[in-house]
Amino acid sequence: MANVKSIPSPAIQSDDRIHEVDHPSSLLAHFDTDQPLPLDCGIDLAPFQIAYQTYGELNADRSNAILICHALTGDQHVANVHPITGKPGWWETMVGTGRPLDPNRYFIICTNVIGGCMGSTGPASINPATGKVWGLDFPIITIPDMVRAQAMLLDRLGIETLFAVVGGSMGGMQALQWTAAYPKRVFSALAIACSTRHSAQNIAFHELGRQAVMADPDWRGGRYADQGIDPRRGLAVARMAAHITYLSDAALHRKFGRRMQDRELPTFSFDADFQVESYLRYQGSSFVERFDANSYLYLTRAMDYFDIAGDHNGVLAQAFRGIETRFCVVSFTSDWLFPTSESRALVHALNASSARVSFAEIETDRGHDAFLLDVPEFFDISRAFLHSAGKARGLGDAGGQR
Amino acid sequence: MTVQDQTLPLPGVLPAGANLRHDHRLVAEMVEAGSKVLDVGCSEGDLLQLLESRGIDGRGIELSREGVNRCVAKGLAVVQGDADTDLVNYPDDAFDYVILSQTLQATRQPKVVLENLLRIGRRAIVSFPNFGFWKMRLQLLIGGHMPRTENLPATWYDTPNIHFCTIKDFVQLCDEINVKMERAVALDLYGRPVPLNLPWWVWNMFGEQGVFLLSRAGRS
Repeated sequence: MANVKSIPSPAIQSDDRIHEVDHPSSLLAHFDTDQPLPLDCGIDLAPFQIAYQTYGELNADRSNAILICHALTGDQHVANVHPITGKPGWWETMVGTGRPLDPNRYFIICTNVIGGCMGSTGPASINPATGKVWGLDFPIITIPDMVRAQAMLLDRLGIETLFAVVGGSMGGMQALQWTAAYPKRVFSALAIACSTRHSAQNIAFHELGRQAVMADPDWRGGRYADQGIDPRRGLAVARMAAHITYLSDAALHRKFGRRMQDRELPTFSFDADFQVESYLRYQGSSFVERFDANSYLYLTRAMDYFDIAGDHNGVLAQAFRGIETRFCVVSFTSDWLFPTSESRALVHALNASSARVSFAEIETDRGHDAFLLDVPEFFDISRAFLHSAGKARGLGDAGGQR
Repeated sequence: MTVQDQTLPLPGVLPAGANLRHDHRLVAEMVEAGSKVLDVGCSEGDLLQLLESRGIDGRGIELSREGVNRCVAKGLAVVQGDADTDLVNYPDDAFDYVILSQTLQATRQPKVVLENLLRIGRRAIVSFPNFGFWKMRLQLLIGGHMPRTENLPATWYDTPNIHFCTIKDFVQLCDEINVKMERAVALDLYGRPVPLNLPWWVWNMFGEQGVFLLSRAGRS
């Protein structure tokens, strides 16, 4: 009989994760019922809260603020130890002293997106109307909703204009939405490995992930939290499938090839004989420790709905008409989730709007995830773009007057 | 300030001891201050840096990924693209000047490219190697082989240049597509302008390259 070792069950919820949902180890901005968040679906979300981290100091003329927008399963812990996993921040290659986003020079903000599960209001939060977890009663949110919430936070922080908005993948979508929705509030935008609309193939992958979550009996129609459990197997499968799309054939081959995991010969079973299987299972099971399954459903849905051109009569260039924001668009050769062709379409639209745009395609075999990895050419370009924008913005070497 | 910051070449700051190309210097002189410029085939951005150092709002298109990435790393607004296929994406009158520096001969459709330059820009500045230059003629006539010069060192089988022309040919094309030549300069082998008072055939013989400031006929 085949030896099947899959994701462990029963799936008791992790206390650390549950605690972070409503009481994050972060700065917290609470918006009461008098300051609702108007959502695209027509519902006013109130009250709600935004969890965020900051690095560096805001200068005297408030001109050095950079907003980092995180990707689908990222969070606000960009460059500090993660409160649940204990691992370094997800973008410490990019953010830190001497790095392209240097807190000695810039005031860096990153918020957990609305719909997330690391402290900003989302489906895992407590619904004040019922005293229970929102679950599927949480309204559907969109990328523009996330950006609207971020803008409300900046208003509260007294930051009128961002020096830069920076993001990769879903974070890049937010960065682009920022420029389309609040062009006057964004001096420069660095949009990495992203697109102005989610492609059919990407929607298909997301649907696969959602169906995996919903097929898990522990999902309980989205009410799993009421019973203190998590649909871990479903969410892990969703993560495993998604993780493949973040890599590339070449990267998987280089990293794992057909090598065996701790064994010389196949076991003639469904155990994880191959290193690549073991790696994926690890990715899946570690993800469920820190992420809420319903939040995954909501955030993938937000990406699916994203289409800037669709909001502007189908003409992308209309979204950026007359814009003065300086853009830098970066793609990676082996990224098949957000291929260079998507970035090129964006660049064409920006050119047609006479926007100031730089566009670089970086050669790497590391796939979509390259933006999270150590890719020196990418850092050089990011650094130079921000530096020249800083010069145009009148930022001194230490970020302007303090 | 990190070491990298100090050594980073920035727009508006020319590297110390920059050895400016004669044609770049000439092109830069043709561009009025404060204007908006698109440099098609901007290579590693030397001309764009020169222009930005003079307060001109410059953008670039470059075919090679390495060239683009070097430009972006210099803080220049440059995108990867192809003069033959990507100029159509730019709207009419988007720029005051569109520059095509030493690139015309490498395009598949020089005539269409030229028409696009003057659609996107109110003026165009085009420079190209003159295939009528006496050294070229001599190599073909006496040597019996495809000419190679210091500035065009590639052999016939690996050259990216597929549409060579002479100054005379170019002038004829401009007439044909109703383009007005506001200024024409031929540079000799040492980058010195061939004197203006000499007849066209002298330019066509002794100009190693031609630099033209063009506008749409019927408009200024």
